[in-house]
Amino acid sequence: MRIPIETFRLTNGLFVTFSEDHTAPIVAVNLWYHVGSANERDGRTGFAHLFEHMLFQGSADVGANEHFELIQRAGGTLNGSTWLDRTNYFETVPSNQLELVLWLEANRMGWLLPAMTQQKLDTQRDVVKNERRWSVDNQPYGTWWERLPALAFPEEHPFHHSLIGSMADLDAASLEDIKHFFATYYTPDNAVLSIAGDFDSVEARALITKYFGSIPPGRGKPPLADMTLPATFGGWKRVVVEDDVMLPRLFLAFRAPVFGSKQYYASSVCSAILGLRKGSRLYRRLVRDRQVAAEAQAFTYDLTKGADLFVIDVTARPSLAPEALEREVADEVDLLIRDGVTEEEVARAVALVQTEFVAAMQSAGDRAERLSLFATYFKNPELVNEQVEQYERVTVADVNAFARERLGEENRASLLFVPRHENAEEKTPSDEIAAGVGSVSQT
Amino acid sequence: MSAQSNGGSAVLERLPRPASGAPRPYQFPRFERTALPNGLKLVIAPIAKLPIATITILLDAGAVCDPPGRYGLAQLTAKLLLEGTTSGDGTAIIDRFERLGASIDAHADWDVASVNVTTLTDKLRDSFELLGEVMRAPAFADREVERLKNERLAELLQLRAEPRGLADEMFSRFLYESSSRYARSDGGDETSVRGLSREAVTAFYEKRYSPNGTTIIVAGDVQPGEVEKLAAEVLGDWRGKVPTPGSSSDEPARRERAVHIVSKSDAPQSELRIGHVGLPRRHPDYFSAVIMNAVLGGLFSSRINLNLREAHGYTYGASSYFDWRRQKGPWVVATAVASDVTHSAAVEVINEIERIRTAPISNDELTLATSYLDGVFPIRFETTSAIAAALTTLVVYDLPDDWYDVYRERVRAVTTGDVLIAAERHLHPETLQMVVVGNAAAVRERIEAMAFGPLRVYDVEGRPA
Repeated sequence: MRIPIETFRLTNGLFVTFSEDHTAPIVAVNLWYHVGSANERDGRTGFAHLFEHMLFQGSADVGANEHFELIQRAGGTLNGSTWLDRTNYFETVPSNQLELVLWLEANRMGWLLPAMTQQKLDTQRDVVKNERRWSVDNQPYGTWWERLPALAFPEEHPFHHSLIGSMADLDAASLEDIKHFFATYYTPDNAVLSIAGDFDSVEARALITKYFGSIPPGRGKPPLADMTLPATFGGWKRVVVEDDVMLPRLFLAFRAPVFGSKQYYASSVCSAILGLRKGSRLYRRLVRDRQVAAEAQAFTYDLTKGADLFVIDVTARPSLAPEALEREVADEVDLLIRDGVTEEEVARAVALVQTEFVAAMQSAGDRAERLSLFATYFKNPELVNEQVEQYERVTVADVNAFARERLGEENRASLLFVPRHENAEEKTPSDEIAAGVGSVSQT
Repeated sequence: MSAQSNGGSAVLERLPRPASGAPRPYQFPRFERTALPNGLKLVIAPIAKLPIATITILLDAGAVCDPPGRYGLAQLTAKLLLEGTTSGDGTAIIDRFERLGASIDAHADWDVASVNVTTLTDKLRDSFELLGEVMRAPAFADREVERLKNERLAELLQLRAEPRGLADEMFSRFLYESSSRYARSDGGDETSVRGLSREAVTAFYEKRYSPNGTTIIVAGDVQPGEVEKLAAEVLGDWRGKVPTPGSSSDEPARRERAVHIVSKSDAPQSELRIGHVGLPRRHPDYFSAVIMNAVLGGLFSSRINLNLREAHGYTYGASSYFDWRRQKGPWVVATAVASDVTHSAAVEVINEIERIRTAPISNDELTLATSYLDGVFPIRFETTSAIAAALTTLVVYDLPDDWYDVYRERVRAVTTGDVLIAAERHLHPETLQMVVVGNAAAVRERIEAMAFGPLRVYDVEGRPA
């Protein structure tokens, strides 16, 4: 199946994509700004995300939190999210409310700064600090999503530092930073606006021109530091972290081909063969047959610059010692490199992708999100319709070549969480590994 | 297709907020009910949108059916359906579904057990055949019984270090009287899970898995006649006993307020739960209670979230909800706050509960909640799995077939007076239970100073500390 797609650009640079579907009176609006934590300057980790919170604090004609209220009163759902290299804002509303959403998004793209105050910044700083405590600090293994990029990307690389940010850097954020960030990145020429669902494209085009057309383009954004990386880590990096957890959990990462490259699809199929759902190898072998793991999965980050990350995530059963966990997982990877995958395994992965695509396309919000993604990263939303075919083209030989080139010992990074031992007297084998807490070593 | 538009004047124009047009009509998908001669019921909603369908099989075999002491049996039995049949082991069954591209899941919640499959419609027949096998010929092999028991034990171990899940778990435990099934985790506790066996699973299956207690829901791009034929082919000669519906006490443990602190000494945040026993799903005040809860804590712009998050910056989010069940599930306010403001957040929550009971909400607050629930209605049913879930609600709670046709009218009919009555009748400040999972040493003194009620401290396993 394919979805209809239409694309145009305003003179101020705003890139617009449409996909009409009139089966229900619903319309989704999805706005991506091509800025994320990668664009943060030194000493301001977490700022892109804090800034996302400030976008709900009103603009020239909208009060604090009124954006939420107006959309919910209109019968809509909404949110925003921040990632390494993009920030998005999205609403799904009854189709008669499309103009309201466009007005709200244009008002904050054009006139955010008059509404910014020190008090709002201070409150959102507290909210974000609580978000950090809730999602990272007070969650077992919660620090994995800042530790893994820190391990996998060199210190000077834009993807190395924490997305949610450190408490100290959040404290340092000022109104001056807000003004500067807004002027630099929140401009129509650095944004993609997607609409999917029940709307008339001629009317929508006129509305977008009316509300966004007069917002001036930016003056360009500073280039990111060089993102290119060698194809492999050049060794096996290891970090062991003692945490308030009951079971050991291993994240084993590999540098992989970037999202959108031909080789990416072999990487993605390989991750599905190893760790997508209960029919995958890691689940069958480690959870079901050998019963050494409680959970097992594999996935890719889908990064488009530098290198993607291919990640295996396995939680041990209580009976398994932490050091044995890495061995069990590595054995499965070695086996895959040595013997390769089968036609049936590739077919299973592709069949799951096919169903997942149709399931996602039922939702206007999902359609709009994918349009924005391909428009932002590749300036080509038509790629939405080519993804399933890309997967269908992947062969056993492609997956085996990927595994040989990327899953070997010269390209591994282990992040191993182990239960913290309250009593240092109780020496167990796991303490020996834990001796190197927080350090990064290459072997 | 790509083009340049000539919009955009030279002057930066700020335009006033636009008015909305008239909404386009929407109707919840039509569905048909039918039954096979063996008693198996079918609910079929044909939706001609994309070539996909969701199949849900509902069984009267939820956790409330667990025999005394055998807590976790309903869940274990449901999960074992996918762990092998007499003709193929668990790996083979899962593999056959996944090679169709189908996602499958089986579990038991409080009221029912269910098996859910979403598949492309060209694989509908294959999916039905596999489901028939799964329902009728589970192997319940000892090895898989033991493995799933061990996985549940690992899950219980993990819970001790997981503050959110632990807070929910402890809240239920302190809320209901100890003879209530609701006082114990739906998946069972360590002692009960260790005691489960293949024999118990087989007996539970034979008693509760039967065509008479089963409904199959199919939503998607299907022909009702074709679905009925498939169901008859794979399950038409299935026979079994007529199960009696399970039930549980839903009485509270105590009739006065109490504070329960679960101590996690180095927690950087407190997981806070405040609430009491709520309402059964089939309650005449359902709509006014839902609107009342939306204003109090059910929406982002609700009183509790705006107070705790936006006015005070105490939290990333705070919400309240009714956990709807056939019997009285909990009503609870849930949030996570920094340790040093735990007591202040609790005071604000209690004040908001008192306030909504003593004065009518404003018309603005009412219309925010009603217009949200009215407007968002079509957005809730975009996918076949969401439509199957909506039909599941009808079946589980035995709601009338026109429920979704009159839903929006009934939402719009709620008044500020109804909301006040719902708050007076269904919020009970005098019986609130407070659970804090956090640093007991840091929060205890100031919570005691609130004089909320008797306070006890427990360890992560719920033993008095």
